[in-house]
Amino acid sequence: MTSPLEAVGRVALAQVQGMGRMTIFLGSACFWACLPPLKLRRIVRQIHFIGVKSVSVILLTALFTGMVLGLQGYYTLRKFGSEALLGTAVALSLIRELGPVMAALMVTARAGSATAAEIGIMRITEQIDALTAMAVNPMKYLVVPRVIAGVIAVPLLTAIFDVVGIYGGYLVGVKLLGISSGTYFSEMRNAVEMSDINGGFLKSLSFGIIVTWVCTYKGYYTGHGAEGVVKSTTEAVVLSSVLVLVWDYFMTSLLF
Amino acid sequence: MIEFVNLHKSFGQQRVLNGINLTIPHGQITAIIGQSGSGKSVLIKHLVALIRPDSGQVLVDGAELGQLHGKALDLVREKFGVLFQGGALFDSMTLFDNVAFPLREKTRLAEAEIAKRAIQRLEAVGLADMGHKYPAELSGGMKKRAALARALVQDPAIILFDEPTTGLDPILLNSIHRLILDAHKRFGFTAVVVSHEIPEIFDIAQTVALLHDGVIVECGSPEVIMTSANPVVRQFITGGGHGPIRPGPGSRSSSP
Repeated sequence: MTSPLEAVGRVALAQVQGMGRMTIFLGSACFWACLPPLKLRRIVRQIHFIGVKSVSVILLTALFTGMVLGLQGYYTLRKFGSEALLGTAVALSLIRELGPVMAALMVTARAGSATAAEIGIMRITEQIDALTAMAVNPMKYLVVPRVIAGVIAVPLLTAIFDVVGIYGGYLVGVKLLGISSGTYFSEMRNAVEMSDINGGFLKSLSFGIIVTWVCTYKGYYTGHGAEGVVKSTTEAVVLSSVLVLVWDYFMTSLLF
Repeated sequence: MIEFVNLHKSFGQQRVLNGINLTIPHGQITAIIGQSGSGKSVLIKHLVALIRPDSGQVLVDGAELGQLHGKALDLVREKFGVLFQGGALFDSMTLFDNVAFPLREKTRLAEAEIAKRAIQRLEAVGLADMGHKYPAELSGGMKKRAALARALVQDPAIILFDEPTTGLDPILLNSIHRLILDAHKRFGFTAVVVSHEIPEIFDIAQTVALLHDGVIVECGSPEVIMTSANPVVRQFITGGGHGPIRPGPGSRSSSP
């Protein structure tokens, strides 16, 4: 009979082993990304898939996030008679936190899940074995282009999110609640510094790596059959989302 | 020439290969027969290092695969074409792109030459007008033929067929066997065919090896196998219910 302590130890060991495998997977992806040749067409195709195809969902979520921020910010600031700071509140919230995080979560939901499922299906139907048997490195063929595309696409999507979100806040604050347009933007310009933008950019860059790394890893080591693909896709989405939020905390405490 | 020397492989507690000694003659069609789950696919996956042995050696033209990694291993893999059990066609590509894939990835041929070769191979398997279709649009037999075209496209010295006729009706089964035989005569490769199609496999194979209980119990020409006095061979060929082989996948001999 297994003691509870042994059971806990086994789970802990499995977790440590899993983390080790994930780290080796990322290291391997970085190693192969540094070795030529890198097929540009494959990277561009992934940028299109991860980036361009996510634009509509980013636009929509960014607009409403900005609008909600505008609304909530206005009601809160009004209590202190500081409605003029609405533009600052919206812009800093978006540039520092919500833009990078929300963009990463949207990419996880739309492209990350699809990536995990696609690679998972390739695994269970022996397509990855076929690549290996043809002496085509599956890491270089499947993983590297997606990670590079994530590093390029997620910061760009974050930039779009920030701009559209600020416009959403403008719509609510200026057009709906009557703050002057000049106040909204001039306060924003005074408060937002280059370090805020750099911090948000660094966050989105790391989120791009996290999302593509976790989703390709989960797909690559998927279990058996359709159930295995379902499990790996779910785990990919959950783990990427959790890691994005946890990493966001550490980045915030370091950067700002 | 291919040689397995005292090859052992286990998955956890399950011992699959228990000291395989087998020589595959150059330029011939060698069939590996045995019950479902007896380890035939595991055995041939050792040939392209998709699976590594626990102990023993796999020699391909004198090179021991266990000692090879990276580029050296890729050079050995490039000698092989593999037709996987389910075809393992890339489902996001058309048939034409599937067949052209190894040439695009592993050679520096011009696109016109790649197209010419891919079309030739599709013609050879009777799929010349199907190049624009996706694998999902094809029947099981067509998928196997397309996979054969892909396996042939680089003119490999050795082709591995992992149950190329499983799940096909008798007419399609014979047509695939004829196709293998015709391609073998035309291109002169060494073929290793994993099968449990008895007696049809005897029509195309020059050497037959029976895998049972993790060892090769008999190896020889089809005539030798058909006239063997070994009770395991007799029972497998006749499909009798009584004898040393117990029914069921991966079952072990009832004799001590």
